[in-house]
Amino acid sequence: MLRFIISRLLQAIPVIFIVITATFFLVRAAPGGPFDAEKVVLPEVKRALEAQYKLDLPLHEQYFAYLSDLAQGELGPSFKYPGRSVNEILFSGLPVTAELGFYALLIALIIGVTAGVFASLKPNTRQDYIPMGLAMIGICMPSFLLGPLLVLVFGIYLEWLPISGWGSIPGDKILPSITLGAAYAAYVARLSRAGMLEILSQDYIRTARAKGLPEWQVVGKHALRGGLIPVVAFLGPAFAGLLAGSFVVETIFQIPGLGRFYVQAAFNRDYTMILGTTVFLSSLIVLFNLISDVAAAWLNPRLRSQLSGGGQ
Amino acid sequence: MSLLTVDNLEVSFVTRNGTHKAVKGVSFTVETQQITAIIGESGSGKSVSCYALLGLIPSPPGRIDGGSAQFQGQNLLTLSEAELRKIRGSDVAMIFQDPMTCLNPYLTIGEQLIEPLLIHRNLSRADAKTRAIELLDEVGIRSPNSTFDSFPHEFSGGMRQRVMIAMALINEPKLLIADEPTTALDVTIQAQILRLIADLQKNRDIGVLFISHDLAVVSDIADQIVVMEQGEVVESGSPDTIFNHAQHPYTQKLLAAIPSGEREEPAAKNQALINVCNLRTWFQPNAKAEPVKAVDDVSFDIYRGEILGLVGESGSGKSTLGRSIMRLAPITSGQVTFDETHLTGLEGRNLKEFRSRMQMIFQDPFASLNPRMTVYDTLAEPLLLHGICQRANLDRHIAKLMDDVGLARNFIRKYPHEFSGGQRQRIAIGRALATQPEFIVADEPVSALDVTIQAQILDLLMALGREHNLTMLFVSHDMAVIRHIADRVLVMYHGKIVEAGPVKQVFNNPAEPYTQSLLSSIPGAAIM
Repeated sequence: MLRFIISRLLQAIPVIFIVITATFFLVRAAPGGPFDAEKVVLPEVKRALEAQYKLDLPLHEQYFAYLSDLAQGELGPSFKYPGRSVNEILFSGLPVTAELGFYALLIALIIGVTAGVFASLKPNTRQDYIPMGLAMIGICMPSFLLGPLLVLVFGIYLEWLPISGWGSIPGDKILPSITLGAAYAAYVARLSRAGMLEILSQDYIRTARAKGLPEWQVVGKHALRGGLIPVVAFLGPAFAGLLAGSFVVETIFQIPGLGRFYVQAAFNRDYTMILGTTVFLSSLIVLFNLISDVAAAWLNPRLRSQLSGGGQ
Repeated sequence: MSLLTVDNLEVSFVTRNGTHKAVKGVSFTVETQQITAIIGESGSGKSVSCYALLGLIPSPPGRIDGGSAQFQGQNLLTLSEAELRKIRGSDVAMIFQDPMTCLNPYLTIGEQLIEPLLIHRNLSRADAKTRAIELLDEVGIRSPNSTFDSFPHEFSGGMRQRVMIAMALINEPKLLIADEPTTALDVTIQAQILRLIADLQKNRDIGVLFISHDLAVVSDIADQIVVMEQGEVVESGSPDTIFNHAQHPYTQKLLAAIPSGEREEPAAKNQALINVCNLRTWFQPNAKAEPVKAVDDVSFDIYRGEILGLVGESGSGKSTLGRSIMRLAPITSGQVTFDETHLTGLEGRNLKEFRSRMQMIFQDPFASLNPRMTVYDTLAEPLLLHGICQRANLDRHIAKLMDDVGLARNFIRKYPHEFSGGQRQRIAIGRALATQPEFIVADEPVSALDVTIQAQILDLLMALGREHNLTMLFVSHDMAVIRHIADRVLVMYHGKIVEAGPVKQVFNNPAEPYTQSLLSSIPGAAIM
């Protein structure tokens, strides 16, 4: 098992290296620079600024300088927030985004698994079509549409919930979490339905029924574990996707998370900020994929014994 | 009074394409302390009849239209789901066909074993575990204590079937329904499992309903035989009546399909087409592990025009040997000579040339045909690849092949899923014959087929062998099939050939104890 994890981590190094290189050169290839858009700046001031951030060096020297900083865990100073390093900004935004992502994932799991399992028990009946139809709508509806709709209904007409903010008024975390989690709930519902349908058609489910087990035990004990493995495997990419994709929701609800810094950095050509966030998020994606792969393998006894055999 | 009396049972399946009557007025009885066998081919309604009794057919589309099933003073067919659940796994237990898929791979053996006790008897987990370990011991599982916490994938098919049997018997049922319990097993394992079921039944006060497609299998153990065809009982009676005085043509056909007897004394054939010399095929799972010696120092000749039988259990290396000769498995050392050319050194173009002269037929006609290619495409591919014919006369060649293997010419544009298992195996044989090979390796070509279809395919292979002067290596785990088709036989065990000789000699005077044990496992030895 340990050997499997280490080899996967080693494989991740070239992946992240390619991401860094591609982002570094793509960002520089985009027209404009960090100090272009502001009011007229005196040429000598601009030159001084560029020298301070090493922007006057040839491109390849900037690249190697960045890599050597990165190797020491240093993401560099932000160009747009003078005096703050990218590391500081990332770690101030991360807890908020991570909390939002966690709630969204929790909602996705609870709603998605329930709906999917429920639908799989009576396939091709109303009990299947209604939740799956809703799931389809959930997947199709973008969060920039769902968010304002929820705000309109629950915040303005019904006045049940606050319409923006994060952690300042009780209940203000509910709408953003639902908005972010809805699409993932729909995916999870479809995955768990498909997984459960496959397992419920297996011979060993018939064996369980032949033993006289009540239906809730047949489903809950014999089918659920195998049926939800695809969902577990999806959780890693989903959580990484939630973190990276939260900026729309953070913008709608005025949440001071990571996503907003990321988008602003792109508009401002804040090179170090863009690069730093990209490196950070891509490492998270690799890490979460690994975790969910290991968890999915662990749930399957045959893979588990193979993996632990390989680690000896 | 009988333990179970099924009277006039009718079951149908309602689908969009109409109502299909699967069981039409079936009646039979099961007595305490007796084994009643239901015999029929796939689709004859034998399994559906038994599943319907316990409410185990999927509904919809399944529907019970009529009849009654009296069991201990109750009509099973009118019970509610909750009442049936109390009977399932306690008074009536089941064993299923495929032990590889019928145990839950995510739960330990022990957990699955004690479930019936926990539900029906309200035993504590500790008591249930004690009882389960006793029973594991009784069904012949070694070290039952450590087995208890193992997962199904750690066991062979035969061992899993023993676990299934233990699971069925754990609540001391009155009636045991066994649905083809040995079909998926090797022949020696099959014999052990049959004996186990018969012994367990004698020691207990139970009746057994034994479903099978194979008359030979039940001949030794059944007290009553019920023969079903297309949803109806065509004949029933004691084994003596069925085997010696069968009235119905279908029963007679089933009896005739049991492979038996030997071929005519073969003409002396001694010109070797293939020579295998000190062949070794070892697999190295990883650098440190001991290599798996699938084929270990094997030498023999295959003579022109003969059918050489290769028999052994799964894991004996017989399939690997067949593949090694075809150069489809990596050879570790040794030499294969085909028509005086060393095959082991051939690469690329030269190897391809030989490929057209040797072909392979595989076990599973469902898996070995590409589902997205029509029969026409499947047959055309080797013809064009090996330059056997031009595009212009392709149609004529393919029509000839269809005739050879006994398929109607108007099937030519159909896809594999539109055919039955037997027809698919005919397509696979046609594909193998397309390159006009001199040598064919047939790897368990009839193991996946029903017994009557099996007889047809064996006859076809023998006829084609004569007609095209084919040399054949026929790999099988089934001694009866080998005796029926082969001229000579090789017996393989743990990667080595333990006995070789003409069929008559090996079957009548087996020298090796292993061969003797294989022979004594042939089901229905009494009726041959």
